[in-house]
Amino acid sequence: MSWLSLIFGEKKATASVAKERLQLIIARERVGLSGPDFLPDLQKDLVAVISKYVKINPEDIKVGLEKQGNFEVIEVNIVLPEIR
Amino acid sequence: MATIITITSGKGGVGKTTTSASIASGLAMRGFKTAVIDFDVGLRNLDLIMGCERRVVYDFVNVIQGDANLHQALIKDKHADNLFVLPASQTRDKDALTEEGVEKVLKDLEHQGFDYIVCDSPAGIEHGAVMALTFADEAIVVTNPEVSSVRDSDRILGIIQSKSRRAVEGREPVKEHLLVTRYSPKRAHEGEMLTYTDIQELLRIPLLGVIPESEAVLHASNQGIPAIHQKDTPVADAYLDAIGRFLGETHPLRFVDHEKPGLLKRLFGGK
Repeated sequence: MSWLSLIFGEKKATASVAKERLQLIIARERVGLSGPDFLPDLQKDLVAVISKYVKINPEDIKVGLEKQGNFEVIEVNIVLPEIR
Repeated sequence: MATIITITSGKGGVGKTTTSASIASGLAMRGFKTAVIDFDVGLRNLDLIMGCERRVVYDFVNVIQGDANLHQALIKDKHADNLFVLPASQTRDKDALTEEGVEKVLKDLEHQGFDYIVCDSPAGIEHGAVMALTFADEAIVVTNPEVSSVRDSDRILGIIQSKSRRAVEGREPVKEHLLVTRYSPKRAHEGEMLTYTDIQELLRIPLLGVIPESEAVLHASNQGIPAIHQKDTPVADAYLDAIGRFLGETHPLRFVDHEKPGLLKRLFGGK
């Protein structure tokens, strides 16, 4: 604390820190509570559909849920087998 | 039809019981036949806040278990006509609140012509709190401008959206209201405290009111008179405004802006 703030009794504006922390934790907890329930099923279905056309391993399809601003984004990553 | 209003928060000590007492009193003062039920089995306190602790004979659990009827257990409030208190049991454990039992008591109150049934939830997210919100038509989420309270409010909103009867049966969802309590306009203005708009932005539910931090609340609980009766105090006026908004009226927010005290006031203090 500088001598100026000692004299004038400057207070710390910490509310913005609180808000930022809450934005992050609330977003994460909302996803954690509501989101991933259906993800394993979605992954299974995707494996079934894609297996009709391409031979893949179940673990080659990765499904994730992400939060970007106000949107929730489902990210699907499909690794096709190497073509020999 | 009776409307069931649950006063909840997740976190303890944010002003649920104070709010339950004042909201129930406010509705009764508007002429609605109102009952307020303490769901905090084992730690009852609504009776003290309402000033009827010495008139408790039978309680909520007695009624659920058939040891007493509603008529015997309801305590008529001294400060407002049309208002009745159903105290929690002090001796039983919270498992005594069965879903069927609670539902029957609420139905019976409805048959007795009650317009509003206010459920004062215990803190936490366990059985008692879930029972208090299961049958809600509307929920007032009491939140302090403080990190743990905001986070817990968000948790309890998630539980309302998943465990209430309305959610389970896929009916129109519980109508949620945000009530910010213990608000200090000065500290919010100086960036020391989350503002009510911050909280609303985080929780994303409509704002019912902002109750300022005030000495009047302690005076009220000391005497066992709901804070809404502390005439001409900001707390009472803020609760009266919130009641008006709840009933669909428009009232601008009061007591949320910080006015810099003038020099005289700063020198000589005063209230």
